[in-house]
Amino acid sequence: MEILTPRTLDEALRIKSERPGAWPIQGGTDVMVALNFDRNRPEAMLNLNEVAALRGWSRDNGALRLGSGLTYAEIEHGELRDVLPALAEASRTVGSPQIRNRGTIGGNLGTSSPAGDALPPLLVEDAEVECASVRGTRRLPLGEFVTGVKRNALEPDELITAVWLTPSEAPQTFMKVGPRNAMVIAVVSLAVSAGEELRASFGSASPRPVLVTAPREEADAFPARVAAAAAPIDDVRGSEAYRRHALRVLTHRALERVLA
Amino acid sequence: MRIVLRVNGEEHEADCWEGESLLFALREKLGFPGSKNACEQGECGSCSVLLDGTLVCACLVLAAQADGHDVTTVEGFARGGELHPVQQAFVDAGAVQCGFCTPGLVVAAADLLQRSTSPSDDEIREALSGNLCRCTGYAKIFDAVRLAGGRA
Repeated sequence: MEILTPRTLDEALRIKSERPGAWPIQGGTDVMVALNFDRNRPEAMLNLNEVAALRGWSRDNGALRLGSGLTYAEIEHGELRDVLPALAEASRTVGSPQIRNRGTIGGNLGTSSPAGDALPPLLVEDAEVECASVRGTRRLPLGEFVTGVKRNALEPDELITAVWLTPSEAPQTFMKVGPRNAMVIAVVSLAVSAGEELRASFGSASPRPVLVTAPREEADAFPARVAAAAAPIDDVRGSEAYRRHALRVLTHRALERVLA
Repeated sequence: MRIVLRVNGEEHEADCWEGESLLFALREKLGFPGSKNACEQGECGSCSVLLDGTLVCACLVLAAQADGHDVTTVEGFARGGELHPVQQAFVDAGAVQCGFCTPGLVVAAADLLQRSTSPSDDEIREALSGNLCRCTGYAKIFDAVRLAGGRA
């Protein structure tokens, strides 16, 4: 195995184009588990920790650019808490303080797990994923970026460099069901916003992120519509029937919050 | 590969396998066995250390990522034979049973108390949520955190 540690984004993209088999590692909270248990042994690791351009977030006119190296802790504790409240609530449910200090939004997108906690609140806000390579930069709507369970549209020579969105400023919330209040992979999760229309997206209940919308007047029927849009499976964390039921209940509670 | 890092304020070098964790390097290469190795997946917190002052699980940091960085392990807490206030509080409160989780909890508790010396029970619960004590000695651990905070 080889460790490649670029100092600039240009250098990182050049390395990724020359060594498409190199695994990007930022916070390591997913990747290191695979290495520690010897589930995978990639030919090379592309350590992104020293690339300052991937860190933090910035404003660009009305839009926000969240660097792929932005950590859950930074979302949870900083100014973004007021701008993206559902994403901040979701960040607060990820792992433990140790995990949130290292885990990043880019890693959540790269892993593309149906249980990725950042995905539902980002989809509700119409986020786009910025993918870069030496060939150039493109932006994909989040719903198109994730193509299946742990699959995404990233090309072998690309890196996830940022997430773009324009905050809706709509009342919004995030909820998650799990056996305890920390260190939990979602049994189901849910993000709901109530702006000009009702919007919802869920985690651990479909292979890809799904956006469900309805006019505000149809709030009464919305919980059933969200549950019907899910395609959950039976697994060790919960049954298909429980997940659908929980989504209906959570949507009802979420609407009470965001329409209050 | 060779890495150079500061551990508890002193520069150290280690020859590492490229895929190994900071925890493995600390324990097996650098002679700092205080951070404990248990779950190797960030669930238990027994390997908690400070990386550039930030609380992390050493098992989830690639040793190579710590190259050129600053690590504080539990061995760096006591000064000149005198226990760190958090360590002393753990002793005084009887917050140690088998002791396996203690190093990680000391590091996590110190990280909390450096932000707030009078955390609420909910804040303590949240700050220590990534550290498991399978003796389930949490009540005394809470006592120790409150004791250390009160003495600060």
